[in-house]
Amino acid sequence: MARVSLDVAIARKVYRRDADEVVALDDLRFLVPPGQLACVVGPSGCGKTTLLQIIAGLDRAFEGRVRRPEGKRLGMVFQTPRLMPWLSVRDNVRLALDPSPTREGRAEELLREMQLGPSLDAFPAQLSGGQQRRVALARAFVNDPDLLLLDEPFQSLDAPTAQHLRELLLALWARKRPTILFVTHDLREALSLGDRVLFLSRGPGRVVLDLPLDLPRPRSPDGAAVEAARKRLLESYPDLLRGLAASSAEESAA
Amino acid sequence: MPSVRHGDLWLRLLSAVTLVVVWEVAAALAASPLLPGPTAVARALAKLVGGGPLPLDLAITMWRVAASFTLAMVAGTAFGILMGHSARADSFLDLWLVLGLSLPALVIIYLCYIWGGLSEAAAIVAVALNKVPNTAVTLREGARAIDQQLLQVADVLELSPGRRLRQVYLPQLYPYFMAATRSGLSLIWKIVLVAEAVGRSNGVGFRLSIYFSTFDITNILAYTVSFVAVVLAVEGWGVRPLERRLTRWRA
Repeated sequence: MARVSLDVAIARKVYRRDADEVVALDDLRFLVPPGQLACVVGPSGCGKTTLLQIIAGLDRAFEGRVRRPEGKRLGMVFQTPRLMPWLSVRDNVRLALDPSPTREGRAEELLREMQLGPSLDAFPAQLSGGQQRRVALARAFVNDPDLLLLDEPFQSLDAPTAQHLRELLLALWARKRPTILFVTHDLREALSLGDRVLFLSRGPGRVVLDLPLDLPRPRSPDGAAVEAARKRLLESYPDLLRGLAASSAEESAA
Repeated sequence: MPSVRHGDLWLRLLSAVTLVVVWEVAAALAASPLLPGPTAVARALAKLVGGGPLPLDLAITMWRVAASFTLAMVAGTAFGILMGHSARADSFLDLWLVLGLSLPALVIIYLCYIWGGLSEAAAIVAVALNKVPNTAVTLREGARAIDQQLLQVADVLELSPGRRLRQVYLPQLYPYFMAATRSGLSLIWKIVLVAEAVGRSNGVGFRLSIYFSTFDITNILAYTVSFVAVVLAVEGWGVRPLERRLTRWRA
């Protein structure tokens, strides 16, 4: 089965505000091979969300190119769940499916697997924050995407809920091995998830460190292996990671 | 939805009974053909319904309400969405909107009859035109409040234009659509009778104008009572359930 590899070569992305120009991304290049789970880490305002919007094709006003093979399915999880409040949990997930008989029941099956069986007909407003994220994750996974983009999907959740969702993500990834680009500002989270971590500079964002990771799985963000890797990193690249060491909880709203 | 509590229900019932009693007593005290009591009106109503012109008049008026309401909602929604999404269209059409909102209903009715003849079409257009600006303003608000983030989800999921419209775009407009429906209907109920009185030869409005010219207050009130009953029925059994259905996810 052919899978997407992702080829990103963004020369420049500029935001114009009246007369001012803000360079959001500058010479940002990387390549993700098929099936890899790559994490992107960077300080607040380094253009992580912009990067994902460009890759997803939601933002086309940039110089450079992004290549993801034609006809491949894309899944995306945003910073907030972005569920349709007027659709039931079931219909929110079915939104991602082409209406066809062969896919009938697929959404329900996945939702049951994710312990959302009892909430199939609930509306998003009746769910907890963690449940809403699970629905968003199910929506991104239900059509077996070849490329999955996640934009700080688990932020502002309590630690156990976030960890539960990370494990869920890894389980889904292990099954079909989509290529994943996972954006976060949490270094521990990146180290506990990724095959590889791309570090972006303070804005304008570009890759300043491309770190392969071969820590054994399963890992925990609070585990010894992740903690040791983090310490090593902070010692080797103190300047690079300033601003990431402290958990900058208030990224959001960008 | 505010639920009607038990005590509330009794109070409402008491209020209705009080109204009828006050009316009856006032009519007895006045003892004048200019203020017939509820029993006299009920008797006239029974006569008008059984073999009288009332059912047909009501049906004709309802048809005019339905036609002009539909016309106004379609046109108003189209203008509103256009203005909500395009700053240029908004700048261009805003003056028309302000003008439309401030034109007296009677002027619009007269002009429509003068230019369109005393025809059914002119009557329906006249009533609809009174409501279009109001609908456009409401739907413009709705279009401006469309959540771009949810449209991005539709983009990522590569939804067909039809599903995007039905499942992502339109549901965001439903609350505004319902608001326009409510305010629009209440406007149309009132204006359609004027349009009929001025330039039609059937319908509730026309009949009222005839009874007015002969000072037949009993029949005027009988027509009024039946008309109000239909209005309340449509709003209670048509509009409110529809609104509940379209906004049930807000629970």
